[in-house]
Amino acid sequence: MILLRLFYSFFKIGAFSFGGGYAVLAFIQKEIVNLNHWLLPSEFVDVVAISQITPGPIAINAATFVGYKVAGYPGSAVATLGVTLPSFLIIIVIARFFIRFQENHYVKAAFDFIRPATIGLIAAAAVTTAQASIVDIKSALIGIFIFILLYYMKLDTILAIALSAILGLLLYR
Amino acid sequence: MKFLFELMMSFFKIGAFTLGGGYAMVPLIQEEVVEKKGWIDESEFLNIIAIAQSAPGPIAINTAVFTGYRLKGISGAVFATLGAVLPSFLIILIVATFFLSVKDSAVVKRAFMGIRPAVVALIVYSVVRLVKSNDVKGYAFIIPLLACLGIVLFNLHPILIIVLAAISGIIKTIVRGEDMGE
Repeated sequence: MILLRLFYSFFKIGAFSFGGGYAVLAFIQKEIVNLNHWLLPSEFVDVVAISQITPGPIAINAATFVGYKVAGYPGSAVATLGVTLPSFLIIIVIARFFIRFQENHYVKAAFDFIRPATIGLIAAAAVTTAQASIVDIKSALIGIFIFILLYYMKLDTILAIALSAILGLLLYR
Repeated sequence: MKFLFELMMSFFKIGAFTLGGGYAMVPLIQEEVVEKKGWIDESEFLNIIAIAQSAPGPIAINTAVFTGYRLKGISGAVFATLGAVLPSFLIILIVATFFLSVKDSAVVKRAFMGIRPAVVALIVYSVVRLVKSNDVKGYAFIIPLLACLGIVLFNLHPILIIVLAAISGIIKTIVRGEDMGE
């Protein structure tokens, strides 16, 4: 039963997360944290961090991690299958029947609005992860410091996480 | 069978060595599939990327499914997808096993107190870059703003937001009576 729910949740996440990368965070948060309570908000942020320092798409990494945490090896297999299957089915249908699908007028019109909405979803993920992560002055300062390094010095993602881990060790006793 | 295995190994390499996911994977896929193996030409690759971006799901997985299908039908798609997913799956299983057993240690807890705000910074930085690269200005801010407020204030499901955005995009073109001849 839990395996079926894992599969269904990650299938929905795979089927509706447009835009790749961080865009999937709002979906994972809704399904995994808010609706099913499989992860605490702070654990969700940890999974995002782990996904950032390991190879592969966030959606797959999160599915494997959450599936394992909730139901061990079968859970990780079922969740990963669930998140991959929609891509698989949708792309095969597109490859087979609508090679010219992106040139369709209505498809274009829909995506003109889906693209900016996706930016909003990522912004929402920023707000909700901040609620779980910015818990005091020190964490706020770490966040601002890392953002400045990213924005002005184009700091590498892995270095950003490594640096923030060191800051955490130094500032939290 | 030999070809299917080669296809799987190519996408396994792509999956195993791309950090950061998403667009970071595109140049690697291009090098492997277009330049090294010559399975697909440059212009077709661009089409595949365009479709992989507009369809839901991770870009790397979508590209693997499409490339595999073009080269060897359903079995090609299955093997390419397996290749792309397997590295993440195996690495995360190892990390999860390890992390779940050490996450309550004091050192790991302190490190993650620092890492969590950095994750927020990474996501905010991604929003800033997307706003710039998509040239979101003036009234174009309304859509991302509404989408964000819908989640944060009204607790809407992101699926609802995507569906509403698609419908409003289509309604807008119909209302404007834009040329449908093409």
